[in-house]
Amino acid sequence: MRVELRDIHKYFGTVRANDGISLVFEPGHIYGLLGENGAGKSTLMKILSGYQAPTSGDILLDGEPVTFKSPSDALSKGIGMLYQSPQDFPPMQVVENHLLAYDNALILDMNKGESDLRETSRRFSFELDPREYVDTLTLGERQQMELLRLLSLGAEVLILDEPTTGISAEQKEILFDTMRRLAHEEQKTIILVSHKLEEVQELCDEVAVLRAGRLVGTQKIPCENRDLVRMMFGEEIPRQPRPELRSEKTVLELKDVKIRTYRLTLENINLTVKEGEVLGLAGLEGSGQRLLLQACAGLLPVASGQVLLDGEPLKGKRSPFFWVPWLAAAVFVVRFIWLIVLLASGQINGLRFAGQTGVAILLAGLIWLIGTVLISWTSEDPYHVFKRRGGAYVPAGRLEEGLVSGLSLTEHMVLAEPKQEFVIDWAKARKDIEERIKHYNIKGRPDSRAEELSGGNQQRLMLGLLDSPLRLILLEHPTRGLDVTSADRIWELFQERRREGTAVIFMSADLDELLDRSDRIAVFSGGKMSRILQTSETSIDEIGHLIGGQEL
Amino acid sequence: MRERVLRTVWPAVPIILAVATTALLVMVYQADPVQTFSALWEGAFGSPQSTFLTLAFWVPLLLASIGLLMTFTAGLWNIGVEGQMIMGAIAASWVALKWTEAMPNAPHWIFLPCSIILSMVAGALWAALAAVLKTRGGVHEIFGGVALNNLAIITTNYFISGPWQPPEGGTFRGTEPFPEYALFPLYGNTRFAPLSLVLAIIALIAVALALRGTIWGLRLKALGKNMRASFMLGISSEREAITSMMLCGALAGLAGAVRVLSWFDSLRQSISGGIGFLAILIVLLASLRPLLVVVISLIFSGLLTGGSVVELRTQLHSSLSGIIQGTLVLFMLLFGDYRQLFRKRKTPAEEVAEEQPVPVEAVES
Repeated sequence: MRVELRDIHKYFGTVRANDGISLVFEPGHIYGLLGENGAGKSTLMKILSGYQAPTSGDILLDGEPVTFKSPSDALSKGIGMLYQSPQDFPPMQVVENHLLAYDNALILDMNKGESDLRETSRRFSFELDPREYVDTLTLGERQQMELLRLLSLGAEVLILDEPTTGISAEQKEILFDTMRRLAHEEQKTIILVSHKLEEVQELCDEVAVLRAGRLVGTQKIPCENRDLVRMMFGEEIPRQPRPELRSEKTVLELKDVKIRTYRLTLENINLTVKEGEVLGLAGLEGSGQRLLLQACAGLLPVASGQVLLDGEPLKGKRSPFFWVPWLAAAVFVVRFIWLIVLLASGQINGLRFAGQTGVAILLAGLIWLIGTVLISWTSEDPYHVFKRRGGAYVPAGRLEEGLVSGLSLTEHMVLAEPKQEFVIDWAKARKDIEERIKHYNIKGRPDSRAEELSGGNQQRLMLGLLDSPLRLILLEHPTRGLDVTSADRIWELFQERRREGTAVIFMSADLDELLDRSDRIAVFSGGKMSRILQTSETSIDEIGHLIGGQEL
Repeated sequence: MRERVLRTVWPAVPIILAVATTALLVMVYQADPVQTFSALWEGAFGSPQSTFLTLAFWVPLLLASIGLLMTFTAGLWNIGVEGQMIMGAIAASWVALKWTEAMPNAPHWIFLPCSIILSMVAGALWAALAAVLKTRGGVHEIFGGVALNNLAIITTNYFISGPWQPPEGGTFRGTEPFPEYALFPLYGNTRFAPLSLVLAIIALIAVALALRGTIWGLRLKALGKNMRASFMLGISSEREAITSMMLCGALAGLAGAVRVLSWFDSLRQSISGGIGFLAILIVLLASLRPLLVVVISLIFSGLLTGGSVVELRTQLHSSLSGIIQGTLVLFMLLFGDYRQLFRKRKTPAEEVAEEQPVPVEAVES
């Protein structure tokens, strides 16, 4: 199906997310849509998939102008979109999810659905078990399920939004093969939204590049990466050689650490991280690198072994009142024994014994309650001790774990400030956040709320809120969802911190980032950590092997 | 400008609608709506006597609502506020009944401060129990609160029918009246205690300022919006949860003391009169705004005290005020937020699309 977009405009208030974009997508071709964060790629594709209507402009399918009322309306006209986060029902089986797309049958024919599903998934060499429950599948498998659903509903045009984020290398190969077959054998139109140049180079026939809501141009593939970068950013970013900043002073030491969760057990982890060092953790999602990171921050208790921060074990602060609940128990036991003695010697009768026991329970309960309240006021969680001793942890889930939606940037600043006065000095907090906004290039105002920022800016805000100087920064996917310039800027800021002696440990799914940014790399596979590799002496090949579980 | 006028005037709209609906209903029963509402007004604020009655009912309601402002900000559904009031009332009664008996020679002024402090401690501890059950035992504060409410009621009944039973025996209604010097000093021949109003106003100002301008208030707000992210930002959720529950419990306990030491003069079986639950409704309707809490709680108090006069003057039952209250709640929920009302209705797809943040980069570049 030939898709034509004519002069598409989309405004959000005064924001011009799309500003006069005209593009043609021919059947049988794979197109790439490139652009940095906020360039307007997602907006354009949401318009094409019926998710939102354009402010003005036309969409033509095979020459016919169309309007879409909803995504399902667009799908019925042949346009299917594969979203970054799966649009499925995790507690249900694959076949049930699949059949939900056909809403017209009262009694579902499970067996037919199952055999259909088996056949089509075999055709694309997907390994999908129709009877598997969706919440047990990997992201890649859920993506495959979604793809089959779109195809069986007659999608002629497939839009893939950052499809390779979070799936394995093998699943990516299968996905790309499928795309090639669909385009070249079945004459489908494929549009890949991405900001990974390598993927676009590998898969696409042609790319369109957006910048700040406008179409910069189109480019036949293969071409030089340099040309694409120039189109996306207007300039090429030169890679800087990494300065050696590692000192001899140890910041973090792990001794025979064992971490156990119900899924995975990590054993015999020994690790030393020096001041100024960057350690990268590689591995497929769920191989144990996140658990290790969490254990280093005190977010996950270690089953055995020791985590030492600046030579001191990392553990929570015990309350000076820890003995009060024991006192409560002791009071009860002593009183109870005394009552038994009285009962045995006949000084009180059974009724009085029962009554006095009840009083003793109430008294002990009161002491216990007061003790527990005192304990929770005076004890400190290991993670908060970690923070107080100069550690920082930046999680990947921005609005889930990192930021509080509904609070303004200034309010975040107040909460993140290491020294907190009881009465808030709003003027000072505002000045501080304005400084951070500038320094970290956050597009937002002090009273913008966290959820109003785009993903990349949320990421920069989380990093901007970090205290300084720090001893150790732990990062989950520090640059996920950021464009190349922003990622470079972020790492530049880490360089500044490294000169102050801050050590950095980060996990990433991006091998280039790991190789570019780390001094040393540890690779995780199925809960096992490899020996620590010197980045200067390793290669993508070696890491790839280790991720796959070889040579361990 | 127009926006500001609208925002100030708008809260009157649900009230007018509720009054109009109730007037229609009254006419269905062939009563005169004008007469009915004037009776209601007279019963609530018409004479000094009725005004003081309304105020006397209002003070404990306000105290409990102020306490709930803190727990609701922290995202804690403190349903147990009712029980915390009752425990406060029991503690105050203990002082007023037993301490006065045990210390006949003590100066008379000493008992009221003791009652106040002890009632606050009792309410705070009862709330702490619900909080600790939540943080240490994993019992949701709603279930813990409901259970502890029942336990508090049972405790009252135990004291009334057991150790604090009046000497003439066996009535299940209440204790003996407390000596007058142990009560709040009442204004004239009313049930209204000016001191309790002063305490409530102090509490209101302190809580409103604390929630707006202190790091503690901001922590509660963050906790209420996202517990996990707050923890990652360094907030101890357990500490703040217990503190806010205990402060709420302390104010609820004080409300209980006001009930027994000014509204009543003894410990009764239904000491709270549902004030705790009403306070929950008020705080939710006011969407956590202290000033609105004051206004709504005053309106509700007026409705409840005015209802009895309606029954006297017209053929209508006093539950009319309950009907007005119900329609008021309904209209506030329906029309309370004018911005929501005037906004264009969206298709489901647009609603989903709105969840995606607008790319801010595009504004600036």
